[in-house]
This record gives sequence, C-alpha cells and structure tokens, in this order.
Amino acid sequence: MNTRTRDAIRAFADNRLSVIGLAVLVLITLFCFLGPLFWQTDQIHTSLMDAFLPPGPGHPLGTDDLGRDVLGRLMVGGRISLIVGLLAAIIATTIGALYGAIAGYAGGPVDSILMRVVDAVISIPTLFLILFVAALAAPTVTTLILAIAFTSWLVPARLVRGEALTLRNLDFVRMVRVLGGGPGRAVTRHVLPNTISTLAVNATFQVADAILIIATLSFLGLGPRPPAANWGGMLSGGLDTLYSGYWWLIYPAGLLIVVTVVAINLIGDGLRDALSPRSAR
Amino acid sequence: MGLFLLRRIGQALVVLLIVSAVIFALLHFLPGGPARAILGPRATPQKIAEFNHENGYDLALPLQYTRWLGKAVHGDLGFSYKRNSPVSTLLKATVPRTLLLVGLGTLIAVLIAIPVGIIQATRRNRVVDHALTTVTFTLYSMPSFWLGLILIEVFAIKLGWLPPDAPTGSPLEMLQNPAGLVLPIATLSLVTIASFSRYVRASTVEQLEQDYVRTARAKGLRSGAIVRRHVLRNALSPVVTLLGLSLPWILGGSLVVEAVFNFPGTGFLFWNAAQAQDYPVLLGVVLVVSVGTVIGSLLADLGYAFLDPRVRDQIGAK
Repeated sequence: MNTRTRDAIRAFADNRLSVIGLAVLVLITLFCFLGPLFWQTDQIHTSLMDAFLPPGPGHPLGTDDLGRDVLGRLMVGGRISLIVGLLAAIIATTIGALYGAIAGYAGGPVDSILMRVVDAVISIPTLFLILFVAALAAPTVTTLILAIAFTSWLVPARLVRGEALTLRNLDFVRMVRVLGGGPGRAVTRHVLPNTISTLAVNATFQVADAILIIATLSFLGLGPRPPAANWGGMLSGGLDTLYSGYWWLIYPAGLLIVVTVVAINLIGDGLRDALSPRSAR
Repeated sequence: MGLFLLRRIGQALVVLLIVSAVIFALLHFLPGGPARAILGPRATPQKIAEFNHENGYDLALPLQYTRWLGKAVHGDLGFSYKRNSPVSTLLKATVPRTLLLVGLGTLIAVLIAIPVGIIQATRRNRVVDHALTTVTFTLYSMPSFWLGLILIEVFAIKLGWLPPDAPTGSPLEMLQNPAGLVLPIATLSLVTIASFSRYVRASTVEQLEQDYVRTARAKGLRSGAIVRRHVLRNALSPVVTLLGLSLPWILGGSLVVEAVFNFPGTGFLFWNAAQAQDYPVLLGVVLVVSVGTVIGSLLADLGYAFLDPRVRDQIGAK
C-alpha cells in the first residue's frame, strides 16, 4: 500500500460522520443479506386472512396488503435496492469514464461531437428518460439496472473528460506517444488510473441516486414486477394506505431508504475530503 | 456580448437537434416499431404494413426523421390513440399547470435556500450550521414521494388543515384554490431547498475566504455590511447557473409530486402514458421537457453572463 492510499484511509477514518455512515451501511447490508437466515418469512405466497395485521407478536412490523410479514419483506426488498444501486453505479461509471477519457484524450472535433451528445442527453430530464425506457422494456431487475445506468453515465463522462483534457498534455502521458504507445494504452494505463479518486467519489453518490431512482420507479408502478420486492415498491400503496391508518406500511420502508441514502452520501462526502488533493495534509 | 449570444444560441440549437435525434432513435427502438405500439400485439402483418405505408414508416430513416422533425417544429407531435386526442392538445392543457408548480416551487425554494445557505456560511461550524446541515442533508437523501406522503399524513389526515390532492382546472382556477397547492409546492420546494442551500453555503464560504473580504474587514466594515455589499453578489451569481443545471432534476421532482398529489400537469400525463404505454404522448412530452430544459439552461447562462462580466469576456474572447 503506498503512502497516498494510507493517508487517504487515515483521513477517511478521522472523519467521524463518514465512519458512522460506513458502519450503518454495513449493518443494513447484513440485515438484508443475513437477516432472512434468522428471520424466516414467506414472501412468495399471499394470505389475505393475515392482511394488514398491525405490529404485534409474530409480526414485529405487521403485515402488508397481501398478508406478508413487513420485517421480512424489508430484508428481501433491501437486497434488490442495494444490488440495483451498486450495479447501476458501476456500469454507469465504467461507461462514463471510458467515454469521457476517449473524448478528453482525443480532443478537437471528436471531443466536441462526443460532448455535444452528452449535453443533449443530459437535457432530457432523467426521470422522464428512465420512465420512458422502463415503459419500453418490460421492467425486470436487469433492464432497470441498464436503464438507470443508461441515464447516469453522463456526469462521470463530463468529470473524466475534464481531467483527461489536462492529463493529455502532461509529460508522462505525452511520453506514451513519443515511445510509440497507441491511444488505447494511453487512455487505459495512464489517463483513467489518474481519475480514480474522482470516479470513486462520484460512483458513491451514484449508488445513492440509483437507490432513490429505483425506489421512485417502483413507487410509480414501473419497478421490478412482483414477487420481486423492493423498498420503493412497498410504498406504492401510497395514499390509500395512509387513509386506512396503516402507518407500518409507510414509515419503516421509507425510513430505511432515507437512512441508507444518508449513510452512502456521508461515505461519499468522507471519500471526497479524503481523496481531494486540496485537503491533503 | 452579441457574439457570445449568437454562439450560445447556436450551441443550444445543435443540442436540440441531437436531442431530437436521440428521441427519434428511441421511437425506433420500440419492439415492433410504432405500428405494433399503436395497433396492439395482435395486429396482422398486413395491417402493420398498411399502417406503416399510410404513416410513412416504410420510408428511409433519415427521410422519416426530417419529416417527423418538420412536423414537430410546426407543433404536430402526433396523435394519442389511447386518449383519442392530438398530443399537442394534451400538452397545451397540462404544461401551464406544471409551469405554475415548478415556477412557484423553485421561486420559494430560492427565496428560502439563499438565506439558509448564507446563515450557515457566516456561522460556519457552529450549532446553527450543524443543525441546518443535518436537516438539509436528510431532506436531500429523502425520496420526494415519501416526503409528500408524510406531509399528507401530517397536514391533511392528522391535522386536517390542508387538502391532500391538488386542485384541477386552468392555472388561474388553481390559484383561486391556493390551499390545495400548498402541499405539492411545499414538497417540491423542500427537496429543492435541500440541494440549493448546500450550494449557496459552499459558494458563500468560498467568497468569505477571498482577499477582498479581508480588506473590507481591515477597513473596519462590520460583518453584516461585508456580506450584504460585497459577498452576496459574488456568491449568488453561481446560483443562476445552478438553476439552469437543476432544471432537469426539478422537472423530475415535479413528475413525482404530480403523481403523489394527483396534480394534473405534464408529469402526471407522462406517468399515465408510461403505464398505458402511450408512445406518442411519451415521445411528445420527452421532446417538450427537453426543449424546455435547453431553453432554461440557455437563459440561465445568459443571466449569469449578464451578472458577471468576467464570464462574458472570457466566453466572448474564446
């Protein structure tokens, strides 16, 4: 481990809020992935006899409209939210980074054309674009991950392009050209590795955004189809649930989304402070 | 300034052209094409061929694109077979309502976010700053539909002060029933305040560290006067850019708010179209909101240049 990495880890560890965020995220991940081992519930079959049971013995957080245990559903539902968030962020960051690095490294007309495309797609409001894509393709977990990635690669593309524009004129990147290395080598071996810290910070925020988007899509009824559960889908009963006074169907799932997103955003803030050269001690 | 204006408008036009191409490409992305979408999955190949010929869908793609673009420029955005109405008619009814929601929501958000951000910056790392940061950070991380649901639960169901759904009718009729607008606008404003005040705070903090502030302080000016006379203008001009950049995000927020509160705007129309797979409406709305965003960010850039002559010169000199 080199000094810079060690310094960054130390700076991150000194940031109390970010460490709390990380701890909370780990707990939530354990809750979703290991929880069902200890709290086994049937999330596939419906039982209308048990619908809308208030919290009580047997169902600590009550049951939903189809008689499924809410606590168990929070665990299973969280898996999809976390997986979609993570994968969408990774795919979006990878595509965006490559696109931006190519644009920035090439410069000139190639750069202009590629970046005008980014300008154009970024002008289509994300939620509209993603609802559109979700309406076109049958919403499965895979298509939703791709749809979210398709709408969120633009910001990393802009960030990396900006850095690539500077990097291409630095001596060590020029040297690749002098020594006969092709543009592919320069981009993958020298430009991209130097944008890693920017990308890491942005990817963290992307995970948070993706979790919010998948929740919103599911609330709007265009999320993954049942029996797949996720936090946003658990809230799609919306107003009807509120009027009937079933608070346990609105608060736990919503709070889990907020806590998860706050935790990830805190981690992102900590990473940014730890990795940005300006705050280096 | 004239050159800058021309250049910036030209750029916006290029972006619009690409937007239209992307949207057109999406149309042909459809499984089975528009005929399948309109005639339904059970249409015979013969019917589809007929439909395609009648509507010019059997022409070469570039020709189709120019025809579609020509029609769109003249306000013909196609026909919704599901609603039996031209898309432009549907848009004419809903766009003003969404403008009302987005306009008022953004205005209120700006009016609150600016003082909040400045208070935080001038009392950096004190209790007030931490408290406000906690609030805005939480709001920022909150799904807006959930915030809307909670506001409904508290103010409409528990307290009974405000109606849970938005008024209908034209924007003027809506304004005559302001109680119904409070919760939708509050939801949209709260999430917007959360993101704006963070920028205002960061921007003001940056300005407070500048040399001119130290000079003003050395001259004996009091903090209040420094902020009002010197810092404000410099700290706030980036907010104009922020407004332009946030437009797609605010429009997305309005879609969610419209869905939660049954607000009969463009977002609500779009949401229903997405559920019904009403492609002409989907395409028309995406095109219109994108054009709106491009125009909005153009105006924001011009406003910024107007406020900050340094930027104007810089861009003009390029």
